[in-house]
Amino acid sequence: MSDVPADPRYARQAPRRPLRLSWSDERVRNIVWQALVVGGVLAVFYWLYRNTSYNLEVRRIATGFGFLEREAGLPIAESLIEYDPSMTYFRALLVGVLNTLKVAIVGIVLATILGTLLGIARLSRNWLLARIAGAYVELVRDLPLLLQLLFWYALLQALPGPRQALNPVEGVFLSNRGLKLPFFRWEDAHSWAMIAFVLGVVGTFLYRRWARARQMQDGQPRAVWPIGAALMGALPLAVWWALGAPFQPDIPFLRGFNFQGGLTVSPEFFALLLGLTLYTAGFIAEIVRAGILAVNQGQWEAAQALGLPRGRVMSLVVLPQALRVIIPPMTSQFLNITKNSSLAVAIGYQDIVSIANTTLNQTGQAIEGIAIIMLVYLTISLSISLFMNWYNARIALVER
Amino acid sequence: MSAAETLTSAVKANAPPAISLERVNKWFGSLHVLRDVNLSVAHGERVVVCGPSGSGKSTLIRCINRLEEHQEGRITVDGIELSDDLKALDAIRREVGMVFQSFNLFPHLTILENCTLAPIWVRKMPKKEAEALAMEYLTRVRIPEQANKYPGQLSGGQQQRVAIARALCMQPKIMLFDEPTSALDPEMIKEVLDTMVMLADTGMTMICVTHEMGFARQVADRVVFMDRGEIVEQGVPETIFNNPQTERLKLFLSQILRGH
Repeated sequence: MSDVPADPRYARQAPRRPLRLSWSDERVRNIVWQALVVGGVLAVFYWLYRNTSYNLEVRRIATGFGFLEREAGLPIAESLIEYDPSMTYFRALLVGVLNTLKVAIVGIVLATILGTLLGIARLSRNWLLARIAGAYVELVRDLPLLLQLLFWYALLQALPGPRQALNPVEGVFLSNRGLKLPFFRWEDAHSWAMIAFVLGVVGTFLYRRWARARQMQDGQPRAVWPIGAALMGALPLAVWWALGAPFQPDIPFLRGFNFQGGLTVSPEFFALLLGLTLYTAGFIAEIVRAGILAVNQGQWEAAQALGLPRGRVMSLVVLPQALRVIIPPMTSQFLNITKNSSLAVAIGYQDIVSIANTTLNQTGQAIEGIAIIMLVYLTISLSISLFMNWYNARIALVER
Repeated sequence: MSAAETLTSAVKANAPPAISLERVNKWFGSLHVLRDVNLSVAHGERVVVCGPSGSGKSTLIRCINRLEEHQEGRITVDGIELSDDLKALDAIRREVGMVFQSFNLFPHLTILENCTLAPIWVRKMPKKEAEALAMEYLTRVRIPEQANKYPGQLSGGQQQRVAIARALCMQPKIMLFDEPTSALDPEMIKEVLDTMVMLADTGMTMICVTHEMGFARQVADRVVFMDRGEIVEQGVPETIFNNPQTERLKLFLSQILRGH
């Protein structure tokens, strides 16, 4: 291309249109409107700032985040990290953030799995399966989430007390104190086995990449699952065994009025997780269904006519195209789960909103409390958005 | 060798047909779309199927690689009978290439990747080898320079030529064409037809559903006329076009000639 001398008649840029100072010029209008909007937003913020600082001064409230260092004295029922009321507000808020993240992350994973299965089920040729999935989606989408949360919480509260707890399987108790599961005493060997498992996951992923690259060279497909099973199953077991295979069962048992030992899932967490997962799965099901339907039937036919088996048609042709339709609305649903977890307040699960609320009631630092809540949700939401947008851009379609 | 001679020599050699349909019936719900269809296509034979819309010609060739399932009768492709046996179906689809009216290229893959997908995953071919093969066929359909573009960046005629190359990369014994030029602008029809003529010259067994009568005259060994789900008349192109026997074929020919 470059060695051909360019024709001087065509070797020029598109001309720049001069700005005409008239209200009928589209660009002039655009600039004026944008200036007005930016000016308006700035004016509102300035007014808010003036108003707030004036009111704080009148009420003699000291602003600042110094209160974070003070003793919280607020009890928290469940925490992922060590906590007692003698610790600082900062620590209490951190517990709240972790509780929010716990329910949001577990909820996102479960809702995605359940929603995807429901979405595919709704497209099934099996009449009954499709109808059940359809009825489920309509039911959970049409009822307010808050109502559903209260329903699940009331249902869990209506369970019998510890002495009459439901005991479906040996060692598992379901009562109004939550779900009690048998577990085992956690020791260092278990942590090491856990680390081995994580390394196994990474190893399997790397092996899959290697296998794919080798296949491109010699044409032979390699099964990933035997290596995956070895790395993710056998390796952690071997580590655990090499460290003496410690195993002290910790089975819950009734002592007096409550259970001792075992693993506890609190009724509050359980109800919130159940409500968020079941509700959001309904929306995700519709997104997945729409995504698969958006892929033209001709794509299936062309891939099948080439001799690709059904599974490969799905993974190599249909899903990569469906994902482009699925990802953007799916991002919204992930954000919704995260933000809707703040309804925890209604059923007494101590997430960031609940703890920040108590904090601002006790300290009177309302603006700081609200700012912290906003900051936490913004950080989580923007992280999810950034990740999903990056993923979306990576798989975007080249049209022209 | 004339078309008639090709037919008779295939019969004389008593070679098993590439494709044989025996009393094939198919219904869509209560609609009877294929009625007692008998058709035998010899290796290397070029058959053009024509007929008014809704006559079942697309359904007929879609039954040959089981994109549609027939409900009665036998279909045998390259000696393998089409049945519920998925292994047999996979074997047949490996040997039968198909080109669609709406191209159906994979929009998320480049032209080259469209062509190498099946050789890599079905023929278990090393990527380098598959790419060399794809470039060979892309050169043959005269668009090797587009290899790294995406389907959305190509014109309709170019896309259809890629679709032909993609099917050829599986090195099929039989090619099915389902109205390959019906979605194209007039100036692009010619480039696709030229590609198909070139393919016919290599001795490929072909069944084409098309309304391009010029193409039929030029390459077809036999023209099959279908109406309302049955084969009404068949024969060498000259006979079919110049000396139609049935009223239905006469009517059809008068309509498409008026349209041109």
